Amino acid sequence: MSIVAPGTPVPDFRLVRENGDDFTREDLLGHTTVLVFYPFAFSPVCTDQLQVYEEALDDLKAQGATVYGVSTDAHWSQAAFRKELGVSIEQLSDFEPKGATARKLGVYFEPGGMTNRALVIVGPDGVVAWSHLADSPDDLPGVNLIFDGLAAAAAV
Amino acid sequence: MTDLRSAPVPPPRPDDHIRGPEDGPVLIMYADFACPRCALAHERLRDQPVRLVFRHLALKAKHARAVPLACAAEAAAAQGAFWPMYDALFGDPGHLDDPHLWARCERLGLDVERFEADRRSPAVAERVSRDVRDALRAGATATPTLFHEGVLHAGPPDAELIARLGLPATMVRFGFREEANAPADRRAGRKGNTYEQ
Repeated sequence: MSIVAPGTPVPDFRLVRENGDDFTREDLLGHTTVLVFYPFAFSPVCTDQLQVYEEALDDLKAQGATVYGVSTDAHWSQAAFRKELGVSIEQLSDFEPKGATARKLGVYFEPGGMTNRALVIVGPDGVVAWSHLADSPDDLPGVNLIFDGLAAAAAV
Repeated sequence: MTDLRSAPVPPPRPDDHIRGPEDGPVLIMYADFACPRCALAHERLRDQPVRLVFRHLALKAKHARAVPLACAAEAAAAQGAFWPMYDALFGDPGHLDDPHLWARCERLGLDVERFEADRRSPAVAERVSRDVRDALRAGATATPTLFHEGVLHAGPPDAELIARLGLPATMVRFGFREEANAPADRRAGRKGNTYEQ
């Protein structure tokens, strides 16, 4: 299954915030959202990725973008992970049914039973504006790709 | 609008910190003085015939001392002592608090008062920030991130990078032999565990 393409309306979905509240399609509307899918909390590569993104958070906010990390870890684990990293990027859990949202967006990695490493930018209208799937879960997308994606989305 | 869109890694600049033989392979290293993997990179490259260009990749979330140490190195550079401070920081990563920095300054014969002023100056902060932003634009995703001929290598030097640099595979000490036998597809950025073993 390929990653959701730009121009596709995001289907209904349900993720869970760190505080246990639902995060749904409604939460995407009205502002630009960057969903950062990563395989596992506490894995070394994910650690680097979110800490690098944290460095650019002010620049992303300046462009009106809100960033979320998404994985199949439980929201308790994600909250602990975020604190351990010292990052402020809010985490969204795709724990149960496992990977249901990731599957809808074509970013679930079946061989590993985990979310693949992917970036999805959703416009204020709830339509996918840009997407990127890494060549492999070990392949970290730099934060520069998010800015490339935001620029590409703005140019449409 | 701020711009962190993709851009090639900048080639060596006049104000870069550069050492090593002029005819050696050029290696640009974005690193953090508080990072164990960066200390490992330093260890593997020390005394080797590489034209090393050092730039800062000091991530606030990664290490609380990352940015202060980067600024300290720049303050030492203002007194002509970047590389002595570089060696002193990576050479003793267990002592990185302010009193340890002042002791290093005294050992290196630096003006501590000037060092204190310089490391908090806007110019130093801007210099460190410039390096970090250049690294992010070039796609850095780990500390250290190395570039040779524009190609990104995440993590400390490994057998593949050593071969690309045209250096003998036996040149690197400290666990390199074991790592050289690791699976070729193993991610350089995940080799922090190797350092801890």
